[in-house]
Amino acid sequence: MSIQREDVEKIARLAKLQVNEEQLETVANELSNILGLVDQLQAVNTDDIEPMAHPTDAVQTLRADQVTETDNREAFQKIAPATENGLYLVPKVIE
Amino acid sequence: MQWETVIGLEIHAQLTTQSKIFSGSSTTFGAEPNTQASAVDLAMPGTLPVPNEEAFRKAIMFGLAIDADINKRSVFDRKNYFYPDLPKGYQTTQLDHPIVGAGHVEIQLKDGSKKSIRIHHAHLEEDAGKSLHEDFHGMSGIDLNRAGTPLIEIVTEPDMNTAEEAVAFAKKLHGLVSSIGICDGEMSQGSLRFDVNISIRPVGEEKLGTRTETKNLNSFRFMEKAIAHEVERQIELIEDGGEVKQETRLYDGEKDISRSMRSKEEANDYRYFPCPDLLPVVFDDDYIEAIRKTLPELPDVRQARFIEQLGLSEYDAGILSAENTMAIFFEATAKTCNDAKLAANWIMGELSARLNSEDKSISGIELKAEQLGTLISRIKDGTVSSSGAKKVFDALWSGEDNNVDKIIDAKGLKQVSDTGALEAIVDEVLAGMTDQIEQYKAADDKKRKKLMGGFMGPLMKASKGQGNPKLFNQILAKKLNN
Amino acid sequence: MHNKTVAELSKGLAAGEFSSVELTQHFLTRIAEQDTKINSFITVCEDDALTEAKAADEKISAGNATPWTGVPFAHKDIFCTQGVKTSCGSKMLDNFIPPYDATVTSNFKQQGAVCLGKTNMDEFAMGSSNESSYYGRVTNPWGENLVPGGSSGGSAAAVAARLTPAATATDTGGSIRQPSSLCGVTGLKPTYGRVSRYGMIAFASSLDQGGPIARTAEDAAMMLNVMASYDKRDSTCIEREVPDYTATLNKSIEGLNIGLPKEFFSDQLDAKMQQQVQNAINELEKLGANIKEISLPHTELSVPAYYIIAPAECSANLSRFDGVRYGHRCDNPKDLEDLYMRSRTEGFGEEVKRRIMVGAYALSAGFYDAYYRKAQQVRRLIKNDFTNAFENVDLIVGPTTPSPAFGFNSKGDDPTAMYLEDIFTISTNLAGLPGMSIPGGMVDGLPVGLQLIGNYFDEARLLNVSHQFQQATDWHNKAPKNCL
Repeated sequence: MSIQREDVEKIARLAKLQVNEEQLETVANELSNILGLVDQLQAVNTDDIEPMAHPTDAVQTLRADQVTETDNREAFQKIAPATENGLYLVPKVIE
Repeated sequence: MQWETVIGLEIHAQLTTQSKIFSGSSTTFGAEPNTQASAVDLAMPGTLPVPNEEAFRKAIMFGLAIDADINKRSVFDRKNYFYPDLPKGYQTTQLDHPIVGAGHVEIQLKDGSKKSIRIHHAHLEEDAGKSLHEDFHGMSGIDLNRAGTPLIEIVTEPDMNTAEEAVAFAKKLHGLVSSIGICDGEMSQGSLRFDVNISIRPVGEEKLGTRTETKNLNSFRFMEKAIAHEVERQIELIEDGGEVKQETRLYDGEKDISRSMRSKEEANDYRYFPCPDLLPVVFDDDYIEAIRKTLPELPDVRQARFIEQLGLSEYDAGILSAENTMAIFFEATAKTCNDAKLAANWIMGELSARLNSEDKSISGIELKAEQLGTLISRIKDGTVSSSGAKKVFDALWSGEDNNVDKIIDAKGLKQVSDTGALEAIVDEVLAGMTDQIEQYKAADDKKRKKLMGGFMGPLMKASKGQGNPKLFNQILAKKLNN
Repeated sequence: MHNKTVAELSKGLAAGEFSSVELTQHFLTRIAEQDTKINSFITVCEDDALTEAKAADEKISAGNATPWTGVPFAHKDIFCTQGVKTSCGSKMLDNFIPPYDATVTSNFKQQGAVCLGKTNMDEFAMGSSNESSYYGRVTNPWGENLVPGGSSGGSAAAVAARLTPAATATDTGGSIRQPSSLCGVTGLKPTYGRVSRYGMIAFASSLDQGGPIARTAEDAAMMLNVMASYDKRDSTCIEREVPDYTATLNKSIEGLNIGLPKEFFSDQLDAKMQQQVQNAINELEKLGANIKEISLPHTELSVPAYYIIAPAECSANLSRFDGVRYGHRCDNPKDLEDLYMRSRTEGFGEEVKRRIMVGAYALSAGFYDAYYRKAQQVRRLIKNDFTNAFENVDLIVGPTTPSPAFGFNSKGDDPTAMYLEDIFTISTNLAGLPGMSIPGGMVDGLPVGLQLIGNYFDEARLLNVSHQFQQATDWHNKAPKNCL
């Protein structure tokens, strides 16, 4: 599977990563190599095989509905890049 | 060109659990920013989700209430996109295996007709945080208290064709989720949010037109206006030769305008995949049946019971059975005064008018059902007149006092209904009004009606305002018309 | 002192032969003197370690000690340690000081063990050579131009160089076993769900597992006793009793059925490696095991399947790094898009960005079925291969890596060349089985590992067989020059 520059641009946008003009070609090639490796999968017949999302057959244990967390805002916001009045600051969000 | 409107709704209901869907943080409304955001809610590195059993229980209750299939094996998926109110950069939701499958909700319209609206499915997901758009030197502030609150998203089929149907459905759903106790229904707080999908097509056309989505309508009034507005916009657009673009729009109810939402312009590829941090959630039949037993009386069943047992009309029964607190209030009132019809009148009339004008809900008032019921009994037995009753109602409403009889006494509203005593007063008063009596006897029927009023004043005065006016009228008429 | 095993140190402390403070200071001094060459530590916790050592000494004198009280060790810098920088080898978390501990971290704290510091690693656990760390590459103590392997290169190198008796590590596609093999130490990846992932920064959620690196199987068993626990905070952690892994080390392996996958002995395997592995297998036979050939037919597909599944999961797991609540944030973002783009582009290295993009691509509209879903189907085929094999054998044995430690920058510009390093280890992660690498021989003066793969939750057996092998052989005692 060959990846083109436009594909890289689209994916980079979705993943919020910048890829410079000069890098586009290289990244496209690298991704193509990886996906070339992956194309080997197509040769295998997987009809009627259930995809495996988890290594075990275990099912989810649910949690009781109790409040177990207390206000730890100070500790968390101490390591935050930008806060004010207890809020996290980001460039203006326009709907 | 005749156009048909096609409407589908997506509803987000916040579930009334104590803690969030994937963390043990509190879900209480109105806390200081980010004081209810744990490491998991903040998507700190290495943190992991653990689902809340109560969220599932409530979702299953909803599924049972709409007669839907419950998915005994449901799976959580990740919906990937970037937004500051979404800490993980993905929302944990359910895509292919939601907890609730297809169901239906019956609605009733003003003309009495009924319609069944199909529910496509309902799934669990986590709510996002909030962006505050106040200016922090050109920045927005993000509060993640709400991030992780459990939501049930309910998706209908596009079965509605008018704004009336959509609003009727929305109200029915509102009553249902609050009746079964899974959501508090406070639309102003965002507990219940409606998104409306609208498209139009020529009458007779089977293919659906391109639809737009109008998000976050938080009142029934706005929903109705928004639908009318959007339908008109689409019709105009098409008739002018344009095409409806698939987009998300925001409606401004005050100004009656709408616009396209900037952030959703570029179609987002959400790259859904099953969440590897969560295992499939499995329930057995016993678990589901046990939940079914805990369901309270559903609105439709209650409506039928009001009609059969209490003799209410279908319309009245519909209104009074829709909301749990309202229904309970009504029944308690009716039981106290033993008159369902009068109770219905008072509640749908005076009480509802006050709730509307003061923007209150029935759980937020001083007046108790038993008090209203007692008041109605006093009206029925003539202890108090209709006008007097209104004064008693005012006192109860404001919380001035909570004992009906005490209020009647205190305000001197007690009517004398003893016919003997009243006759004596009539005789006494008439004795001093011989001229008016002669005038009356000489007058024709039409004029007599007018002249009757002239006797009432002195009678009320003689009885210190406590005479039962209806009885006075009867006695007076008897004496004058001989 | 630094040549003693954890077991020996533990006994020594209990017997009062030395104090924890002495021991800790010894290792801290060694690290200060020798780690500039190796660069195995990102953060050394001098003050904290000595404080912990002092507290440990008090506990020991009061008779309140556990086997781990006062014993020094290190954490891979992927485990959150409260109040101590946790970088995951990345500029993105260069300023991240977590206000909480990973479960593995608190497990060790509860035992009174002494944390010397946080070890270097490939950025966000993505790599097989520890060349991608923001904090510079790690050098294999066995050769100054050689990689230690990755992603747990720091932990493996530090243990090999005797800068710490043991270290925690993580394994997603071989990141414990492969560096253990290249550095001549003992590493164990437990069954998926044995060790809690809470606070262990996620790379690929359905593949990641934390485990020990030490010099002996006995030490690894002692570590696993602490690392393994049921944690309700991790939904994928399995509730299952944790046995005492040291209790069964001395069982005889007479009659054990061991399978050799023929796919692991193909021409991808260096001839000298093959010889060493064969010798090691002969030792197992001498100990009474029965050797049979088995087949794991879908082995070849494990690398492609992994390189879809792991990137896909990581592309979502790494979305939380956005410059908003913690971690790297670009200067003066002009709008939201700029904040995300620059914070992430500046914060992540090339390999990480590559894998995020591959993952996003594999999940994107139109490709989900062909890539992600297909890979998950192949994953089940791989698991079935093992299930079938374990009907006939108790244990599977083979090489850990195709060759011994390779030189820096030797894999060229094609990222897939590095990926093939993991050919023997990846299938274990895909199936969720436990796997171990122990020193099994030497090729041209460099250590090579012997890999053992067990059935689900059969870590005790893996440790038992390894221990028996280490009683009969000497490879695990070999040290790099100047490290003894």
